[in-house]
Amino acid sequence: MAKEIYSTYPMVKYLRKEALPTALCPGCGGGTVLNAFANAVDGLKLDPKDLVVVSGIGCSAWIASPYFLADTLHTTHGRAIAFATGVKVGLPDKKVVVISGDGDLASIGGNHLIHAARRNIDITVILVNNFIYGMTGGQVAPTTPFGAKTTTSPYRNIEHPLNISETVAAAGASYVARWTTAHVYQLIESIKKAIQVKGFSLVEVVSQCPVQFGRRNKMKEPAEMLRWFLKNSVPVSKAKNMSPEELEGKFVIGEFVNRQRPEFTEELNKLIDEVQEQFGLKEV
Amino acid sequence: MRYPFPVGKSDFIQGDEAIARAAILAGCRFYAGYPITPASEIFEAMALYMPLVDGVSIQMEDEIASIAAIIGASWAGAKAMTATSGPGFSLMMENLGYAIMTETPIVVVDVQRGGPSTGQPTLAAQGDIMQAIWGTHGDHMLIVLSPSTVQEAFDFTIRAFNLAEKYRTPVVLLTDAEIAHMRERVYIPSPEEIELVERKLPASEEEAKLPFGDPHGDGVPPMPIFGRGYRTYVTGLTHDERGRPRTVDAEVHEKLITRIFRKILDHKDEIISYEEFMLDDADVAIVSTGIVSRSAIRAVKILRERGVKAGMVKINTIWPFDFDYIEQLAERVGKIYVPEMNLGQLYHLVKEGANGKAEVELIAKIGGEVHTPMEIVERVVG
Repeated sequence: MAKEIYSTYPMVKYLRKEALPTALCPGCGGGTVLNAFANAVDGLKLDPKDLVVVSGIGCSAWIASPYFLADTLHTTHGRAIAFATGVKVGLPDKKVVVISGDGDLASIGGNHLIHAARRNIDITVILVNNFIYGMTGGQVAPTTPFGAKTTTSPYRNIEHPLNISETVAAAGASYVARWTTAHVYQLIESIKKAIQVKGFSLVEVVSQCPVQFGRRNKMKEPAEMLRWFLKNSVPVSKAKNMSPEELEGKFVIGEFVNRQRPEFTEELNKLIDEVQEQFGLKEV
Repeated sequence: MRYPFPVGKSDFIQGDEAIARAAILAGCRFYAGYPITPASEIFEAMALYMPLVDGVSIQMEDEIASIAAIIGASWAGAKAMTATSGPGFSLMMENLGYAIMTETPIVVVDVQRGGPSTGQPTLAAQGDIMQAIWGTHGDHMLIVLSPSTVQEAFDFTIRAFNLAEKYRTPVVLLTDAEIAHMRERVYIPSPEEIELVERKLPASEEEAKLPFGDPHGDGVPPMPIFGRGYRTYVTGLTHDERGRPRTVDAEVHEKLITRIFRKILDHKDEIISYEEFMLDDADVAIVSTGIVSRSAIRAVKILRERGVKAGMVKINTIWPFDFDYIEQLAERVGKIYVPEMNLGQLYHLVKEGANGKAEVELIAKIGGEVHTPMEIVERVVG
């Protein structure tokens, strides 16, 4: 049956067929993200040969790696954006996309996320936020909601989650948007925009992990989690007029920023030209 | 190509500066770093020179990001380097292993200072020898070079790039605060005088599909770098010849790891370098590396004046280590002394090599000062 699906699924042309089926659990939001990413690439008519995908460690790092058929660098835990920085500077004409999870990019790799946004390097980050460390068995994350149960907060989580999108927007990214896996069309459009924006772009995707998060928090079925997302999603425009108390437990969705700021690799080239001219090295 | 420093002539410069100039002449066009004493001058020189040679020098947010960025840049096709000292070198260990596993040519300079921890930031030490060799986890193989003069810091940096490219491996240039900050006369060759090695690229589509295979039988697969349409898949997980993860297949793991060992060990005659002084008739040998070799040479001369038939070996390639050579040396001499600026690291390699054929004695010194020649002499004459 699996093979039939692959033969009728139009996005399969972007996938490493021999690596399928994916290692993702049934009901995981990762498949939705992969589908959205493939649709965005397709919508942009982007040749995958002009794309480099970089990921870190954890379930979400496996969304595009090894499945997406492009140059792919599957790196160490938390460091995908730092690796991607070297790739982008080396290949400034290629699109460099990082796809990884909240634990990978916002916990162990949080500093790289902030500094890449500050540098405003032209990398697109698709951060899949499922509030949990899935691959290692459901441990608490810096994104886990207050009060939620995990294997390392078995009674309840006493910490408050990091607001990733707001943090990255404040750090200086050109584009930041957040959607959930229940907002697939909006997600595809945002990924398309993010890839096209010159500068650092983040698309945070709130995603379901029914196996590690849902079943410990009274949402065993994937659909229950999607309903939870839909019920609690608040558009950015509406959220602006809500108090922090009212926003507790809500998912603010939409575009946080979409702005033009100087981009890192362009600034690098400007500097090279400027310095070479200053020292009379520029060929006339 | 015009260079932002004089070439084809001598200059009076620091070790750190020599390393930066050598990197540029070796073709390094991507540098990522993070400030740390006593390696910062390498970074500062790269920041100054790189834009003038169409290169890039970036200050990353930490040393982990620095080595990550150079690995990424290497896959983008650039010759890439970072430099650090002990604390930063410790942070780089995980990604050093990633570079080994993914067979990524990079050069990592570790300017050793007193440790552990923050230790003695401005003083020299040789306490990172074992870390350079074994610091990252798991079975692994890499190349570690150790210069003893500013000229060698220059020469070995060029060599580090050549070995990294040739064998698709990270190379560690292990130097120390003394050489890094010492000024000496260095001959900076012109580009025509320098022999450079470039990485093998796939000669065909078929070869490109085997980024971790062995199509040439030398253990070194051509590198299908990014952006050329190869759609290469690179992972730190155990992978097959095509790069696909095969994490629970013992055979695949053994094949991959033994090839990574073999590609270097099969060529160790070319990689290993050491120099002998006055060893022909010696019955006492001093084996040392790096800055300590300077004192050891002087010690040998003083010992000869006093009628002791002493000689010495300066180890240029710390890893892979030539255990066989040390055994032959042990058969020739009655006793081997190992002066080093730590509490015994090179000593253990020499002792293993000597294999009981000669007595091996450590002359340890820590605290930041290089052994004086007389400290070595006095230990030898007792």
